[in-house]
Amino acid sequence: MRNIGIIFRRELASYFSTPLAYVFIVIFLALAGTFTFYIGGFFARGQADLEAFFYFHPWLYLFLIPAVAMRLWAEERKSGTIELLMTLPVTVAQAVIGKFLAAWFFIFIALGLTFPIWITVNYLGDPDNGVIFASYFGSLLMAGAFLAIGSCVSGATKNQVIAFIMAAAVSFLFLMSGLDLVVDFFRGWLPGFLVEAVASMSFLNHFTAITKGVIDLRDLIFFGSLIALSLFINVMLIDLKKAE
Amino acid sequence: MQELITIEGLTKKFGPLTAVSDVSLTVGRGDVLGFLGPNGAGKSTTMRMVAGFLAPTAGRSLVCGHDVGESPILAKQRMGYLPEGAPLYGDMTVERFLDFVAQARGLSGDDKDQKLAAVIEKLEIGDVLAQHVETLSKGFKRRVGLAQAILHDPQVLILDEPTDGLDPNQKHRVRRLIHDMAADKAIIISTHILEEVDAVCNRAAIIDKGRLIFDDTPKALLKRSPSGAKKLEDVFRELTSDHEG
Repeated sequence: MRNIGIIFRRELASYFSTPLAYVFIVIFLALAGTFTFYIGGFFARGQADLEAFFYFHPWLYLFLIPAVAMRLWAEERKSGTIELLMTLPVTVAQAVIGKFLAAWFFIFIALGLTFPIWITVNYLGDPDNGVIFASYFGSLLMAGAFLAIGSCVSGATKNQVIAFIMAAAVSFLFLMSGLDLVVDFFRGWLPGFLVEAVASMSFLNHFTAITKGVIDLRDLIFFGSLIALSLFINVMLIDLKKAE
Repeated sequence: MQELITIEGLTKKFGPLTAVSDVSLTVGRGDVLGFLGPNGAGKSTTMRMVAGFLAPTAGRSLVCGHDVGESPILAKQRMGYLPEGAPLYGDMTVERFLDFVAQARGLSGDDKDQKLAAVIEKLEIGDVLAQHVETLSKGFKRRVGLAQAILHDPQVLILDEPTDGLDPNQKHRVRRLIHDMAADKAIIISTHILEEVDAVCNRAAIIDKGRLIFDDTPKALLKRSPSGAKKLEDVFRELTSDHEG
């Protein structure tokens, strides 16, 4: 635990020692606001809820989270610091978890800074704050899943651009897998239970379920196990090819 | 003499290429082993395996009796390692970077502060503590790299080209530093500079095309010369093959 904390603090500090953190937070807030008010029609809907706000989170995360995740391991490889890190008395798992948690906490800060919209909706009307809280929680959980995929991909390359594109592509598959477009494509030739399996991988479906205000154990297990699996593969990748 | 580093039949293959072939060595307390060889001979690969960064294809290495492959954490706790090129976290200040390494090395409280202060003084990096690592000159970077390797006062030191990029004065100081630390440690340094072997090492090992071709004192190395050469440099040239020529 102590080692995870040490890695976590170093990683988190490195976000804020470069413009990355500030650029990310500003862009995230600007885009979230734009989507909510202009495309989501926050005012025009005339409803005291944040559906218009949360609706766009999966799409925002699709390219913003790979941007946060791409540097996690690719940069260590590129600069050679992975050799330094891996010869400290720290296990690979501690390093992977510490870095992941730092990036996740960073997203948590960015997400937390959207609080004015919560104040706004409470000022304008009488929203169901339970639903809003559940949605924030679901959004953070989904961000963690995107991030774990990104971290895993980043561990496989020393090129950050490749890490970004691959992470976005894999995330896109997970995001889209519940849509009719994808499900219909598989329905023609895959047995029914496999089609169901593909559809059940959908980030959109699991996230939408949570934004309805119901935190179902199945959704928690889905995101939780996806994070655990991605990080597990992440550890294996680093362990096997740390010197390449 | 107590053996702190034991290398047994260490071999590393990258696909069809054998980078290191069946290297065996022991380094005891008080020893400073100069690791010599042409570029690409396998020096760094060997050091990486001993440091636990690369897994060997065959063979093993022990640090203070701990198998680097089987109990890497125990072995890593007992050694300090300066990787080739001294990679550092560029976005951190020197002070934060050293503090991070000290914490990861398990130091805390007064003990940590004292050890940090000692290493900062030894390597004369007190003036750049607040600077970001990426803004440092090559000489300072190398010294910060050395500082992170020795700050926890390990029994085993593995330094890959510790004086590379230093000016003659700094080289001299680093050599003296290594010399002063040598009494209670086992140290391996790799170098291209043969005078360095004369200055700080009591043993010289030469690796060529992945094979260990010499392991004895620098004096014995001079005697090995087929043509009776008087300088280490000439003997080295006679013993090793020129890869790039």
